Amino acid sequence: MKKFAYFPGCSLEKMASSYHKSALETTKAYDIELQELDDWNCCGATTYFHVDQLLAHTLVARNLALAEKERLDLVAPCSACYKNAFFTNKVLKDDPDLAEHINFALEEDDLQFNGEIDVHHLIEIFANEVGPDMLKKKIKNPLKGLNIAAYYGCQIVRPRKNGEEIENPQYFEDIISAMGAEPTYFPERLRCCGGSLIMTSREAALDMVRILLQSAEKNGAHVIATACPLCQVNLECYQEQVNEEFGTDFKMPILYFTQLLGLALGLSPKKLGIGIELVSATPVFSKLLPKEAN
Amino acid sequence: MASKPLFSEEISNLLYAAHGSPINSCIQCGTCSGTCPVANYMDQTPRRLIGMINADLKEDILDCNTYWFCASCYHCTVRCPADIDIAGVMYAVKRYSIWNKTYSEELVGPQFSEAFVKTIVRTGRSYEPILAPTYMFHFGPKDFFQEAVTATKMMLKGRIPVLPPRIKRLDNFKNMIKKIIPLGESS
Repeated sequence: MKKFAYFPGCSLEKMASSYHKSALETTKAYDIELQELDDWNCCGATTYFHVDQLLAHTLVARNLALAEKERLDLVAPCSACYKNAFFTNKVLKDDPDLAEHINFALEEDDLQFNGEIDVHHLIEIFANEVGPDMLKKKIKNPLKGLNIAAYYGCQIVRPRKNGEEIENPQYFEDIISAMGAEPTYFPERLRCCGGSLIMTSREAALDMVRILLQSAEKNGAHVIATACPLCQVNLECYQEQVNEEFGTDFKMPILYFTQLLGLALGLSPKKLGIGIELVSATPVFSKLLPKEAN
Repeated sequence: MASKPLFSEEISNLLYAAHGSPINSCIQCGTCSGTCPVANYMDQTPRRLIGMINADLKEDILDCNTYWFCASCYHCTVRCPADIDIAGVMYAVKRYSIWNKTYSEELVGPQFSEAFVKTIVRTGRSYEPILAPTYMFHFGPKDFFQEAVTATKMMLKGRIPVLPPRIKRLDNFKNMIKKIIPLGESS
C-alpha cells in the first residue's frame, strides 16, 4: 500500500464534501492511503498572493513542513491548493535564503521546511501512480454509453511544472476511457471557469461558465468531469444563474472525476457523495447502458 | 540627490520569485490579450497594461480594473513568447494597489482578498459565510437575490459550514505570522 499525506483544503470540508468522500473511496480501491495532514491551514488560494508574497509562501510552507514531518509526499485534490503547494515547494527548494527566513517563522510551530518531499495533484496519482492499465483492471461497471467531457481547467496544467505537455494534455481523457466511458471532444477543456471572479467580477465569470457549458453541450457531453472544487461549484451551483442571465436552459450534471470513477468501480452513489448537487446527476444514470449490453 | 524609482521599477521589484523575463522584454505581440478569457471585461487588455507599465503610466494603471479581473488562469504566462510571467505581473500590481490603497471602491476583488486574508490570520481556515458580505453588498437587487437563492440551496444540501472552522494550534500559527508581518494587537 502506497501512502500519501493528504491536504483536503477548505472547500472539501463542506462545499465539496462529495469530492472528499469519493477521493478517499477511490484511492482505497487502488490500495492507496491518503493520510490527512494533522492541523493543516488554508493554502490561501489566490488571495494571499494578492496581499503579501512572503506571508503567502509561509502559510503554504507550514503545510509542506507538516507533510515532511510525516515523511510523505503531499497530495492535494484542489487545483488551487495544488498549484500553491507545488510552487512554494519549488521556490523554497530553489532559494535557501528564503527558506531560511520562512523557517525562522515556522519555528513557532516546531516545524521546518527542508525540501524533502514532492507535491502531486490527486488526478496525477490516478494518471501516473496507478496508471490507465491498472485503473482498467478494477473497473466492475464500465460506464458504457456515457459521454464525459474532461474539464482540466487551469491550475492543474498551468503554469508549467516541468517539461510536461500543457497545450494538449491527454491524461484526463485516458482516465475517462479507462472507466469505459467516451471522452467527449471538448475544445474549451483548458479554458478558465472564472475561479474566484464568481464573487468579485460576477458578470465576467458567469459568461466564462456559459462558454464552457455551451461547448460541452454542443459536443454531446452528458456530464462534465472536474478535478477542482472551484470549477465544480462555478459550473454547477452557478448554472441556474447562467440560465437566468443568458436565457439558456443548461441542465448539465457536473461531477468530480472520482465520483464517476467510483461508479465505474461499482461503489454506491451515496458513498461517493452523489445526491448533494444543485443540478441533478440523474441523467448520468439514465444514459448508462444496462450491464447486460456491455 | 537620490532619484525616485520609476513605476515600472517599483512593479519589477514586486516580482520577486516570479521567474520570468523582465517586463521590459515585452514585444507587444498581443498573444496574452488574445489568450485571456477575461480580456473583454477589462478596461485595458493585458498587452496594453504591460505597455503602460513600461511607459510608467502609473495613474492610468492604478485607475484601471485589468489586474483585478485576472482570474490567475496562467494561460498568458505559458504562451508568452518573451517568457514574461504575466499573471505574476498582475499579482504584483494587485499588491501595489492594496498596499497603497489606490483601488477603486467599486472593485470587489481587493476588499474580498483583504477580508479573506484577515479570516485566515484569525482562524487558519477559510469560511465562506464571513466573506459573503464583502461582495454581495456590491450587487444590484436582482443579483443579490440570485446569489441568496444559490447560497440557500447550497446550505440546504449541507454544502455551507454553519460554524467557522479553526485550526488547533492557533497560537503558534499567529506567532508564526507575527514573525513575517507585524500585526497590531487588535488583529
